[in-house]
Amino acid sequence: MPRSLKKNPFVANPLLRKINKLNTKAEKEIIVTWSRASTIIPTMIGHTIAIHNGKEHLPIYITDRMVGHKLGEFSPTLNFRGHAKNDNRSRR
Amino acid sequence: MFGIRRSVGFVSDVALQLRQSLLLHGVRVQCINIGGGTGVNIPDNKRLEVALQHIHGVGHFRAHRILVELNIENKLAKDLTGLELYSLREEVSKYMLGNDLKRCVQRDIERLTSIQCYRGYRHIAGLPCRGQRTSTNARTRKGKPIPIAGKKKAVR
Repeated sequence: MPRSLKKNPFVANPLLRKINKLNTKAEKEIIVTWSRASTIIPTMIGHTIAIHNGKEHLPIYITDRMVGHKLGEFSPTLNFRGHAKNDNRSRR
Repeated sequence: MFGIRRSVGFVSDVALQLRQSLLLHGVRVQCINIGGGTGVNIPDNKRLEVALQHIHGVGHFRAHRILVELNIENKLAKDLTGLELYSLREEVSKYMLGNDLKRCVQRDIERLTSIQCYRGYRHIAGLPCRGQRTSTNARTRKGKPIPIAGKKKAVR
C-alpha cells in the first residue's frame, strides 16, 4: 500500500535539516546519513550523500533521475562476488 | 450498421491493400495490419478474440474488452468489413501495443540500470527484483538450473 499523499514523502528530519542548511549556504559537502528509508526529493539534487550500508557510508551523487526512489536503493547491503571456484585442493 | 455487419465475406479494397503475406512456421499466413506501428498484425484465419491475442500486449481480457466495446461479433478476421476494420484500428490505437510496448518496457529497465539502484542491478544480475527468495525457486529469472560440479547426490 503506498504512502498517503497528504503526508508528503518521508525524509528523516536530521537529513532534511542538513540539506536545507546546505541549500542556504550554496556550498556542497558530503552529507553522512544512516537514514536509508528517506525518499529522494528534488531539493537533494546535486548533493553528494554518503549512505550507510550497514558497514560503511557509500557516497552517492544525487541526480534528477533518482527522485522518488529511496536512499537505501543506491547503497547495496550485500556484496556477492560469485561462488568459490573449485575448492577441492583446500579440502585435502 | 447492422446491414453492413451482415455482409459477411465482403472484404473491402482497403483491407486487401493492407494485407501482408508472412511466412510463419513454414505455413503461409495472411496478416492484417491494424494500427500504424509494426508488430500489430493479426492472423487472417482465426476468430477475432484469438487473433487479437497475437498482438504483444493483448491477452484474453483485453481482446474480449475490445470486441465488447466495438459490438463486433466474434468472427474470422478475414471476414471483417472495411468499416469494422476501421473502427477496430481506432480502438486498438488507444492502447500501447506491439513494438511500442516492448520499447517502453526496455526504456523503463534502462532507466533503472542507468541510475544504479537496487532494481537496476537485480536486472543486470538476472535475479528477481521484487524481494522474492532466491535460495530456491526464482527459476523464471535464473533460467534452467546449472548442475554444480562435484556435488554429492543425496543418499536415501
